[in-house]
Amino acid sequence: MAEVTLSSFIVLGVALFMLLNSAAIAVYAERRVAAFIQNRMGPNRVGPAGLLQPIADVLKLLLKEDVTPTEGNKFIHAVAPMIPVITALMTVAVIPFGEGLYATNINASVLYLLAVASLGVYGVTLAGWASNSKYSLLGGLRAAAQMISYELPLGMAVASVVIFVGSLRVVDIAAYQETWWFFFLNPLGAIIFIIAAFAESNRTPFDLVEAEQELVGGFHTEYSSMKFGMFFLAEYMHVVINSMLMTTFFFGAYHLPFAGYWLPELSPLVKGILDVSVFTIKTGFFMFLFIWVRWTIPRFKYNQVMKLGWSRLLPLSIANFIVIAAILFFIVN
Amino acid sequence: MDTFIFIFLAVLTIGSGLGMVLNRNTVNSALFLVLNMVSIAGIYLLLQAQFLALIQILVYAGAIMVLFLFVIMLLNLDDERSLFSKVRAKYISAFFLGVVTLSLILYSLEGVADLLPEISPEMETAGTVEALGDVLYTDYLFAFEMTAILLTAAVVGALMIAQYKKSNNGASE
Repeated sequence: MAEVTLSSFIVLGVALFMLLNSAAIAVYAERRVAAFIQNRMGPNRVGPAGLLQPIADVLKLLLKEDVTPTEGNKFIHAVAPMIPVITALMTVAVIPFGEGLYATNINASVLYLLAVASLGVYGVTLAGWASNSKYSLLGGLRAAAQMISYELPLGMAVASVVIFVGSLRVVDIAAYQETWWFFFLNPLGAIIFIIAAFAESNRTPFDLVEAEQELVGGFHTEYSSMKFGMFFLAEYMHVVINSMLMTTFFFGAYHLPFAGYWLPELSPLVKGILDVSVFTIKTGFFMFLFIWVRWTIPRFKYNQVMKLGWSRLLPLSIANFIVIAAILFFIVN
Repeated sequence: MDTFIFIFLAVLTIGSGLGMVLNRNTVNSALFLVLNMVSIAGIYLLLQAQFLALIQILVYAGAIMVLFLFVIMLLNLDDERSLFSKVRAKYISAFFLGVVTLSLILYSLEGVADLLPEISPEMETAGTVEALGDVLYTDYLFAFEMTAILLTAAVVGALMIAQYKKSNNGASE
């Protein structure tokens, strides 16, 4: 078993701190960008330019009364909101933020990412069931069905990257993209991954889980106070995590475009600062993309979501995988 | 430390297995089974079989059990009152406290520390994806391919049965 070094702890601590705060920043950004897109002001009263708004929100949530349904299963009702938060926090353990800046480099870290993501479904499903409300249950079941359906194209898109690298380590995948990002080598895979990531994090146009017109609030209809706050936090953490994964798998991780061709050798400190800045800027761009899409594109119907997942994206991703495998085997080798 | 973690995981595995069998509530049974699978994955991890541990979580806990829950939740909608009134938080905390206490008692028994055999140093390399893939696609290729064909046949068969019923109903109407 590999030794756990001090630098792992430092990277993990900083990453977890940044992730928790980035969820707050994502909430603020969502409200400001939404306001900008809808041509209004947005929150601008609390603190300079409304920057302290997330703190005010959390304070408000903490002071709200915590209501639990009498006929519901109280224990599962209380545990369910923690699951998506925990799985989101577990993900950062394997993401490289720069050359050598990662918490762990386990042998099958790509599978680890998929395994952790698949556990996140429980939070939503159990929340829906434990609330003992038809809206919650339907929302939870929809979420489970949708997340299972889109896990497959997501996995195939990641697999089409893995065969380039020949390693299941996320660190190797990031290092491989020094000259050519996978977005240029495997554009179809990148698009499939982005669509599936949107569906996995239950964001518009795939937010049928909480479609207000049909399901009141979806799986969190019966949630209030900080338990609702946890779901809210988890949603934005998943936005950040999925932005990080898009960056890592398809948009060069911490590398500048075609950096292998023109970037000179830098000292470790400068390289580290550059790597982390590049990674953060790319992640920020994808977070903006998530928000931009949410306030631009209307929601799909449920049958359209299922049809897109199973009869469009899945065959497309398998075909993409086979074509790439054939090209790599017959032409490159 | 390894011994204690092993004993804790073993007690948790057996306890959650018993909980799954003895529980009347189907959803609770399914959740105990999830706990069981995750603790077995922990034991695999202790044996340095990283790939097996991840696959255990990815396939069993992540995919199969979600589908199980999905079906159970849809089937049990009628008698929901009886479902909810049974479970209390105190039983669940009693279960976890019992597991922790029992594993502490077992650990503190004399001579338990050298009960576990040493993990073979070859496991460091044998448990990785590369080693497993190497063996799977050379020595055990035939068995692997046969399993693949069997699984595909099962999936196609399930689809056939589902579609047959549907078209049959349609014809009779």
